[in-house]
Amino acid sequence: MTTTASDTWVGQRLRRKEDARLVRGAGRFTPDIVVPGALHAAVLRSPFAHAEITSLDVAPALRVEGVVAAFTGADLAGRVGTFVEAAGKEITPQLQSLVDVEVKSCPLSPIAHGRTLWVGQPVAVVVARDRYAAEDGLEAIDADYEPLEAIPDPESALRDGAPVLHEELGDNVAARLAMASGDVDAAFAHAPHVLRERFTFGRSAGNAMETRSVQASWDEGRDELTVWITSPRPHLIRTNLSEMLGLPLERIRVIAPDIGGSFGTGLFGEDALIPYLAMTLRHPVRWTEDRQEALLGTRHCRDQVHDLELAYDDDGRILALRDSFLVDAGAYNLYAVTVSYNTAAHLRGQYAIDTFSIEGRNVVTTKAPVAPVRGAGRPEGVFALDRALDLIAAECGLDPADVRRRNLIPAEEMPRPMGMPYRDGAEMVYDSGDYPAQLEQALEAFGYDELRARQAEWRAAGRYVGVGISSYVEGSGFGPYEGAIVRLDQRGNLHVVTGAKPHGQGLETTLAQVCADEFGLPPERITVTSGDTSLLQFGVGTFASRSAVTAGSAVGIASQRLRDKVLAVAGELLEASPADLVIGDEGVASRDVADHSVTFAEIHSAAAPGPKSRLPAGLEPGLAVEYYFVPPTVTFASGTHVASVEVDPETGFVRVLRYLTVDDCGRMLNPTIVEGQIQGGVAHGIGTALFEGVLYDEDCQLLTGSYMDYLLPTSAEVPPIEVGHQEYLSDLNPFGIKGCGEGGAVSPPAAIANAVVDALRPLRINVNRVPLGPETLLDLIAQARALEGGERREEVVS
Amino acid sequence: MIATAPREVVLRVNGVEHRGFAEPRVTLVDFLRDELGLTGTHVGCEHGVCGACTILLDGRTVRSCLMLAVQAEGHELRTVEGLAPAGEPLHPIQEAFSEKHGLQCGFCTPGFLMSVEELLRDDPDPSEETIRSRLSGNICRCTGYQNIVEAVRYAAELTREAAA
Amino acid sequence: MGACARRIAVVPVGIQASSLRAARAGAAAWRMPSPHAPPSRLEPLVSRVKPPPFEYLAPRSLDEAVAALAEHGDEAKAMAGGQSLVPLLAFRLARPSVIVDLNGIGGLDGARLDGDTLELGALTRQRDVERLPGLRERCPMIVEAIEQVGHVAIRNRGTVGGSLAHADPAAEWTALALALDAELDLVGPGGARTVPATEFLISYFTTALEPGELLTGLRLNVPNGRSGSCFLELARRHGDFAIAGVGALVTLDGDGSVGDARVALIGVGERAVRVAAAEELLRGRRPTAELFAEAAAAVQAELDPNSDVHATADYRRHVAGVLVRRALATAVGRAGGGDRDGAA
Repeated sequence: MTTTASDTWVGQRLRRKEDARLVRGAGRFTPDIVVPGALHAAVLRSPFAHAEITSLDVAPALRVEGVVAAFTGADLAGRVGTFVEAAGKEITPQLQSLVDVEVKSCPLSPIAHGRTLWVGQPVAVVVARDRYAAEDGLEAIDADYEPLEAIPDPESALRDGAPVLHEELGDNVAARLAMASGDVDAAFAHAPHVLRERFTFGRSAGNAMETRSVQASWDEGRDELTVWITSPRPHLIRTNLSEMLGLPLERIRVIAPDIGGSFGTGLFGEDALIPYLAMTLRHPVRWTEDRQEALLGTRHCRDQVHDLELAYDDDGRILALRDSFLVDAGAYNLYAVTVSYNTAAHLRGQYAIDTFSIEGRNVVTTKAPVAPVRGAGRPEGVFALDRALDLIAAECGLDPADVRRRNLIPAEEMPRPMGMPYRDGAEMVYDSGDYPAQLEQALEAFGYDELRARQAEWRAAGRYVGVGISSYVEGSGFGPYEGAIVRLDQRGNLHVVTGAKPHGQGLETTLAQVCADEFGLPPERITVTSGDTSLLQFGVGTFASRSAVTAGSAVGIASQRLRDKVLAVAGELLEASPADLVIGDEGVASRDVADHSVTFAEIHSAAAPGPKSRLPAGLEPGLAVEYYFVPPTVTFASGTHVASVEVDPETGFVRVLRYLTVDDCGRMLNPTIVEGQIQGGVAHGIGTALFEGVLYDEDCQLLTGSYMDYLLPTSAEVPPIEVGHQEYLSDLNPFGIKGCGEGGAVSPPAAIANAVVDALRPLRINVNRVPLGPETLLDLIAQARALEGGERREEVVS
Repeated sequence: MIATAPREVVLRVNGVEHRGFAEPRVTLVDFLRDELGLTGTHVGCEHGVCGACTILLDGRTVRSCLMLAVQAEGHELRTVEGLAPAGEPLHPIQEAFSEKHGLQCGFCTPGFLMSVEELLRDDPDPSEETIRSRLSGNICRCTGYQNIVEAVRYAAELTREAAA
Repeated sequence: MGACARRIAVVPVGIQASSLRAARAGAAAWRMPSPHAPPSRLEPLVSRVKPPPFEYLAPRSLDEAVAALAEHGDEAKAMAGGQSLVPLLAFRLARPSVIVDLNGIGGLDGARLDGDTLELGALTRQRDVERLPGLRERCPMIVEAIEQVGHVAIRNRGTVGGSLAHADPAAEWTALALALDAELDLVGPGGARTVPATEFLISYFTTALEPGELLTGLRLNVPNGRSGSCFLELARRHGDFAIAGVGALVTLDGDGSVGDARVALIGVGERAVRVAAAEELLRGRRPTAELFAEAAAAVQAELDPNSDVHATADYRRHVAGVLVRRALATAVGRAGGGDRDGAA
């Protein structure tokens, strides 16, 4: 294990630069930005999951006081395009040639036209002097619907005779993938044991504390559109708007200011609708989603069912894996195979399973479209596999830790090709890490053996305490690229612009730390700006645990090159070799010759164009370097989680007592920020495991439409979270970084489910679905007790 | 005059009198943000659960999304902007949140800060259990609460030191 | 998660099923969506979180308030703490044309523990009762119940009277009022009257308040002597609406057997209930774990809870029994009894 040198900025627990404004309430979130004269929009949403809109009359809305305009899907038809499935473009020809992947395209309009496909789908929009009046306007709209058959889940969608939701798809399968390696059938045929289990991972939702917001302003004189938006992908928004509104890219400026969390991406009608309204009305328009709307359809996620089979031997070693899974994509599969491929690629996790066959289908239903959200397909697969491992442990009479020890990829096999391509088409290789050591470190730090020793004593006292383990790998730093401009001003301060768009990850600080090390000035001299497409030509954005890797590398390399240029210019002025010069607080000085220096102002002047220019041959004027880092492929972070829970068998309530993680995020730019990311992810995962569920009735009416029904974990439900580290430097970027934003959220459902099963070990319950609510658990306990009868086998857990 | 029409509303916020116009139905949080430009208080759910809109009214926390602006006339309001005047050093609670990394995106933070101010006034040396229980009315999606708890304990320490 | 057949969510998705019922009681009829129904004129779906327009009145005296309510009749709604009403306004489930804000009326707040009586003005903030010196020691059930009401910020504003007048079946004050024989003072256009809690609480969001009447205060009997009390609630998270809640109060005789017992529950039906059968069963008997289990069974037999997204009727009934056992054990323990026989 390598350690970070202490005289670098990278690796220090630097206090965050962004805090200064945020703790004062001086952050500038999208709704805080007021474009003078802006009108307010409110969206009419479908009350049915599946319906024909038989009539829609917005004229009455126009008679409501304060209402200025109202639009329907008919008004937009032919004027606003449909969403481009950018993710579909991310399937490279290379991937296509290696793996059986099929994605069918099905365009989504910003507003429904003619029929609606999920409760909450936009049907019309009202624009008024304020949101209150706009909502008054919504109420006045006359809308009639003819309800059609709702399709509440993939099974219904795949049934013979089920209505086909989209003609373009032909059936209700919007995407599929399949990959295999080795002779799977033979392995299963000859295996001493086969485990078959169905695992169901319910739908939940991202629930950033800030709801979505869009504000747009059209400059008629210049034909320029400015959009402020709570999106972590401003450049993609710009691309989409360009295509959907028929505007050249250069005429669109997208600004993503401070954002109150995101936890995923997504394509939303309002992103295009509000700008269209601003252009059409020739008036700025703003819209902020309320929490009802967010719960209806923003960043729904998960919702998978896995039929998993594991062939294993008497010692609990896995010989082969077969998985067939369905993703409930909602009404439109907007993300191609992003999530499902993640599920497939990360399913085997840290375990040495080389004979496998995995196939997955994205099925459309009459629910809100899902999006990649923190974990993005990994939690679902990890839940299935880690629960299955514990089932195997029980069958073999082994401790779950031992089953893992027998299956983990040994350190000496790293880097390890995993027998399939990653989603970017490159060969999937776990590049670095030591999973067995990670497990041991986690178990030891947790006091696993001590807890096992005390369990019998607790049970005798009527306390049901259990411990569960889960681990994951995460391909991080996904491409295609990220960029940065690093510029030195005449006072010797650095300005960094990046295409990453942080929304809590502290990139204004960590990127400053990278720049500080590579350029040679302290972070307080460095300002990091993001989220403005006019400042950087190309950008991708912050999601998929990619920005520390990609933006970090871009900033680092750009900073190095800027440093080289600054030293070259200084060398020209000092008639010295750049190798003999050092950067200091005031400027650049000779290392060996005293009082031989130039100030930043002098260097800046020398680098300016014009008669005073004193540039070395071959160098262009200016002190800014623009650089785009293109990662070769993803780099694999990993983690092991251990959780202990106490179960109240009379009520089914589960309390998480302790939670511990050991994570390998490669070089940690700022350990405090890394730990914060992991702790936040774990809390999110605890919510997913025990509290959160997007629930529908049989007509696909949303049942969880407020925070009284959709339950986010609070400080009372989340225990202290202990975070340990390994640091296996990545060699897929010059700085050894791996991503850490999502990992925390991947393992908790599995770890907690395993802990609950362990707590009730004498009852031999099986938890195979998430979330695990108290009533569900009580039912499992009751069933187990009924089965028990007179035969009780004391579980011997060695 | 139509009874539902906007009327003048005069509020004292952070010791300063503000005048604005609002219909009776306008919530206090919307008035503070949209009419008075005090955008530090945030809107998270508009039904009183998430705590992002928490401010102090006569020294006690309230959900500003569950009050009408007109109801706040005649009371003393305190928002995050009042913790430390512009240009002045941070309030100990703000200092503590930054020092202990008790915020990430910062959206829920103003609500937490006001809740913590009341908590520390009620209990200058709160235990972890008390902190977690008292702050369970403020939801954070970023931090996992760990560092918020640390920040509150540090804020308590800073406050006690300042008082000593 | 169990059948939710009675739950609809056309407008608006969310809140509690119980709150939806409140709105429907007075509001325009909503049409249920059904694949078999002909195309229908429906109110547009949520989401709306801005209240509809209303006139706002802030009377400075009780007489003014009563007069305003009388003048506007059905079109008016009184507002106390607003912690339940404002969300209903925001979701446009309640659409009064006039809001009569009671907060400016003097003399309607105040909490006083006077001997065996807890006197509360209707506008007393929950937090003020919670922090009333000596109340926790005297009757922990009351303080423990209030501590379950949302969070501090809600309790700083929410009032005792508002909670009782709103009469959500999961409101902790409704159980307290029953358990402690509350007498409620009402004032209306016809004058003043006093009503016992048993008559005041009728059904979901339905009380004995006549049109134009206001609750002005209440008095509860606080036990003395060798008594103990406890309030236990099961909620998914601290501060959430109760799945079920139990207030238990036990007074022990000189020989350690149960002299008097009160068992009141919330969240288990159309309103809070006091289960006389269980109380009868407890009286005169030695407080043991078996006795508590019997009482729990007696309670369960009387309950007809609802199902919703958080719990089915069966689960509610089951946990009600669990809570009764536990609350009785704690109450007895606090009364200083139930030692050898395992009052755990």
